[in-house]
Amino acid sequence: MNSVTTFLTQDGGFWVLTFIKIALLLFIVLTVNAYLTWFERKVVALMQSRVGPHRVGPHGLLQPAADGLKFLFKEDAMPGGVDKFVYLLAPFLALTLALASLAVIPFGPNPLPFKFFGHQVDLFISNPDIGLLVLFSITALGVYGIALAGWASNSKYPLLGGLRSSAQMVSYELSMTMSVVGVLLMANSFSLTDIIQKQSGTIAGILPAWNIISFRGGFFQIVGFLCFFISAIAETNRVPFDLPEAESELVAGFHTEYSSFKFAMFFIAEYTSMITVSSLCAILFFGGWNSLFPATWTVTHYLPSAILIPFGLWVIADGLKYETVFGKLILPGLGAAIAGIGALLLAGIWIAPLHDVNEYIQGPFWLLGKIFFFLFFYVWARGTLPRFRYDQLMNIGWKLLLPVSIANVIVTAAFVLFRSAP
Amino acid sequence: MSPELIVFFLLAALSVIGALSLILQKHPIHSALSLIVVMVSLAGLYLLMGAEFVAAVQIIVYGGAIMVLFVFVIMLLNAGKEEHTDFSKLAKFGGLPLALALTGLLAAAMIHNGASVSNNATPDALASTTKISMLLFSTFVYPFELTSFLILVAIMGALVLAQREKKA
Repeated sequence: MNSVTTFLTQDGGFWVLTFIKIALLLFIVLTVNAYLTWFERKVVALMQSRVGPHRVGPHGLLQPAADGLKFLFKEDAMPGGVDKFVYLLAPFLALTLALASLAVIPFGPNPLPFKFFGHQVDLFISNPDIGLLVLFSITALGVYGIALAGWASNSKYPLLGGLRSSAQMVSYELSMTMSVVGVLLMANSFSLTDIIQKQSGTIAGILPAWNIISFRGGFFQIVGFLCFFISAIAETNRVPFDLPEAESELVAGFHTEYSSFKFAMFFIAEYTSMITVSSLCAILFFGGWNSLFPATWTVTHYLPSAILIPFGLWVIADGLKYETVFGKLILPGLGAAIAGIGALLLAGIWIAPLHDVNEYIQGPFWLLGKIFFFLFFYVWARGTLPRFRYDQLMNIGWKLLLPVSIANVIVTAAFVLFRSAP
Repeated sequence: MSPELIVFFLLAALSVIGALSLILQKHPIHSALSLIVVMVSLAGLYLLMGAEFVAAVQIIVYGGAIMVLFVFVIMLLNAGKEEHTDFSKLAKFGGLPLALALTGLLAAAMIHNGASVSNNATPDALASTTKISMLLFSTFVYPFELTSFLILVAIMGALVLAQREKKA
C-alpha cells in the first residue's frame, strides 16, 4: 500500500471533502490576492508620501473588484504571428502551478472538531511525506509559464524578459534549494508538519525554539533563512529582482503582449507564489503555527482579541469621519464585525465553547500572522529597494548566495553530527 | 480494472503520446514541451510504484532543471522550424524493422521473467527517503560516488571548453 494506492481507494466522502476544501482555499487565496494588490499600493503609496487608491469605495477598498471587472471586460487582443498553443498555454501553466503549490501547505495543527462523513477535517488539502519536495518540483516547473510566455509572444521585449527569467530562476533555484537543506537536516523529514512540530517548545524557557535561532539538534539557520528569502524573492520575480519585467527597459517584459484576463492570470500567479513563499518562510524558519511565547503564558492566547478589538474600534471611528454615505455605512459595519469577533474570543475567559474556539485558532492565527509579516516585507522591499543590474543579479546568485548556502549546509551538518554523536 | 491500472494506462498513454509528439513536432520548442510531458508522466508512474522521492526528483531535475536549459538554449538560438530531410538511408529502410525488433525483444524479456518486472522488486526501499538514502550511501556508495565524479568531470570539461572559446 503506497500513498497513491491509498489515495485511489478513498470513498466518496473524501473526494467531496477535498473538493470543498480546494474550492474554499481557492476562494480565500484569490480574495487575499486581490486585496494584496490593494495593500501593496497603499503601503507603497504611504512610503512615497502619496495617498494611493482612494476613489473606488472607502479607502479604495473596492479597487480590487473594479480591477477584476476591468480585466474581464477588456479586449482580449492576440498579436499576430504568435505561436497560438504556447501563447495560450503559458498563462494557464503559470497560474495552475502557482495555485497547486498551496495544496501542501498546512495551515493549522489540529483537525476541525467535527467529522465529515467519517473523515477528519484537516487544515490542509494534502500532507505528503515529501511536502517540501513537492513544493520545489512545482516551483521548478513554474519557470515555463514565464519563459514560454516570453517566447510565444513573437516580440523582442517579451523574448528578452523570458530569457532573463529562465536564467534567473535556474540560478536562484539552486541557492533556494541548498538553503533549506539545513532545516531538513535538523528536522530529519521532508514533511512540512514534521518540520513545524520539531520547532515547538522553547529555549531556556523563554525564547521560541524556531529554526532561525534554535540550536536544538543542529545549528541556528539565520544564514539559511537570509539565503532562502533572497533567492525566493528572485524566484518570484519581485523587486529588486524583477528584471524579467523591468518596465524601464523591457516595457513590461514577458507579459508585454498579454492583455485582459491573460495578463491578470500572470498577476494572480505572481501574488500566489508570494503567499507560498511567505508561508514557506514562516514554516521552515519561524516555527509555523508555534506561538512566539512559551505555552505556559496562557494570557497570550488572547492576543487575537487584543489586536481585533482595537482595530475594529479604530475602523468604526474612522468610518464615522468618512465623508461618503457608503463609507459611513460600510466601514463602521466592518469595524463592528471585527471588534465583535475579537470580543467573542475574549469572552472565552468565561464561556467554555468560546474558549475552545480561541484555543483552536491559536495555530492558524500565528501562522497567518507570520505569513502577513513576510508579505509586508515583500511590499516593503518593493517600496524601498532599487532594481539590480543583470550582471549584479548573476553575481549575487552564483558567487554569494550559492557558496554561502553550501557553507551553511556543511556547518549545520557538522553540528547535527556532533550533537547526535554518543 | 483496478483504479491503479486505469491511472497506469492513462500515464503510460500520456508518455507514449508525448514521446511520439517529441519526434513528430516540427518546432524545437514544441518538441521540448513534449519531452517535459514525457518526464512528468514518468514521474507519475514512479509515484504509482510508491517511489515518492524518485518521482519528486524526476520532476525537479529532469522536468525542471534540464528541460529549462533545453528551452533556454532553443530560445537563445531562436531556432526556427526544422526541415525534414531524408538523407539517412538506414533510418528510412531500417528504422521500422529495428523499432519492431526492439519492441519484440523487450516484450519477450518481460514475458520471460514477468514476475520480477510486474512486482516492484523492493517497494519498501523505494517508498521512503530514509531508506533510499540508506541504500545510496551504504550498498551503492561506490557507484553513487563514481557517478558524481563523472558529472564533475563533465562540468569541468564544459568549463574548459567555454574558456577556450573565450581566449580564441
